[in-house]
Amino acid sequence: MSDITKQSLSELVKNIKDKKLSSEEVTKAFIDRSEKSKELNAYITEDYSSALEKAKKFDQKPNLNLKLPGIPMAVKDLFCTKNILTTAGSKILNNFVPSYESTVTQNIWNEGAILLGKLNCDEFAMGSSNETSFFGNVQNPIDKNLVPGGSSGGSASAVAGQLTPITIGTDTGGSIRQPASFTGTVGLKPTYGSCSRYGIVAFASSLDQAGPMAQNVKDCALLQEIISSYDPKDSTSIDFKRNEYSKELTNNIKGKKIGIPKEYRVDGMPKEIEELWQKGIKYAKDCGAEIIDISLPNTSYALPTYYIVAPAEASSNLARYDGVKYGFRAKGENLIDMYEKTRSEGFGAEVQRRIMIGTYVLSSGYYDAYYLKAQKVRKLIKNDFDEAYNKVDAILTPSTPSSAFKIGEKKDDPVSMYLNDIFTVPVNLAGLPGISIPAGHDAKGYPLGLQIIGKAFDEQNILNIAYAMEEKINFKNKITDWWIK
Amino acid sequence: MSIDLKTIKHISKLSRISVDEQKAYKLANDLNSIFKFIEKLNELKTDNIEPLTSIAETTLKLRPDEVKSKDIREQIIKNSPQDNEDYFVVPKVIE
Repeated sequence: MSDITKQSLSELVKNIKDKKLSSEEVTKAFIDRSEKSKELNAYITEDYSSALEKAKKFDQKPNLNLKLPGIPMAVKDLFCTKNILTTAGSKILNNFVPSYESTVTQNIWNEGAILLGKLNCDEFAMGSSNETSFFGNVQNPIDKNLVPGGSSGGSASAVAGQLTPITIGTDTGGSIRQPASFTGTVGLKPTYGSCSRYGIVAFASSLDQAGPMAQNVKDCALLQEIISSYDPKDSTSIDFKRNEYSKELTNNIKGKKIGIPKEYRVDGMPKEIEELWQKGIKYAKDCGAEIIDISLPNTSYALPTYYIVAPAEASSNLARYDGVKYGFRAKGENLIDMYEKTRSEGFGAEVQRRIMIGTYVLSSGYYDAYYLKAQKVRKLIKNDFDEAYNKVDAILTPSTPSSAFKIGEKKDDPVSMYLNDIFTVPVNLAGLPGISIPAGHDAKGYPLGLQIIGKAFDEQNILNIAYAMEEKINFKNKITDWWIK
Repeated sequence: MSIDLKTIKHISKLSRISVDEQKAYKLANDLNSIFKFIEKLNELKTDNIEPLTSIAETTLKLRPDEVKSKDIREQIIKNSPQDNEDYFVVPKVIE
């Protein structure tokens, strides 16, 4: 059964339920392929022997009523997993073993899934290329020495390379949607408050959301209905009626009003991105949607706002890493010296840069000029979306301003790296759901994604639009298995 | 505006991250290019705009204050870089 890893989640679930495949067979197939794929560096921690044991145990008494019956999967190493190393891609957490489980991963195990391992990511999810990870670069299965995007780079690489049938990532400014776009996969950032943040290593608490990554929209919808739950352990978790997204999924989007924001036509955007967008508009029309030109006038201020708000929150969240209770500790002459050396040696360059930015914008004398100003502009950005949603049901944009770039290409220029997230960041600032679906290839044959942005709590609608468009686009990912010897 | 080495030293102290001269110089360069980009916000007039402090417009819920995690002391202590019986150990703070 060498083609097991080529199957979508829905096919695997069906085959296990029909008893055509056992959990052990499926788990073994993904482990074998993961073992052969070490060059991708998608994993930080492998948990294969324990996964096989769990699969065998599942097969002895299979509960086939579960939504993920005996399905193996790996998750981003930002989710705390009980008794399993959780590093957030950082040296400062390279020996941290949580005594508790994140709510999102617990929801997944409750539906019968089995952990394969923990996937590589940018350090503390700060990055757009997976190059800031303490555990090294991740290769994009699309081509050698190509970044998979970030920060959920290991997750995107593992789904595209078929090392896991599905996965979960986190998205603070585009960390699910951008890597999904770079690897020809589907990634959803849910509405803020939809998925619990309990047990997720915190980066920027008012922006962070966990979300599903998959090979297709249907699998993405199924995983979203599993991970989304109200959780009293996260004080920003929102108690709303959650759909069974996969059951209610429909490709009938006739009459849906889809907005095209003119401000997303940015200077210097490659022609092929514009063409992809036009193609997307045509597909949406073919599906019966109505296209409406809209304006989100403050779009160009989103990225500067993000680079105040996110580092400010990060500097506060990361204050907890002091070398006392867990994680890495450097030797120091006294307590203060120990703190300073621990943080200097334990955090990588990008994380230190962001802590410094955050500390500066929150510091006495600069708070009003930067942080308060950013919060006000954030309000304007949210108002833009509120206004637009008086006229439309969803918004269609490109996911990224370019296709994947080479490892090292943007590493030394933080601002050019930040520009990757120009189309995804506004969605986080406004707390909205957004999904990236693969929609075509550029001249180099690299995948390009389209983003559909919805109203708050309207995941079902954007999943439906994505589902309808996916059918028309009929995207085929070009994976040559170049890394398998 | 320009962030000089003195400011970098000050922020590094507030952040509890030690920086040597070389690192401070690199950070000053990086931060200046990032702030140049951030300063675009000054184009906008925001005098009468309410700041957005929380995206989820809900009131915080109350719950009973009950202990839910029990007997995890050993697991917690096990993660510490240095411990002694039930205590975290740090460099001496009292002379």
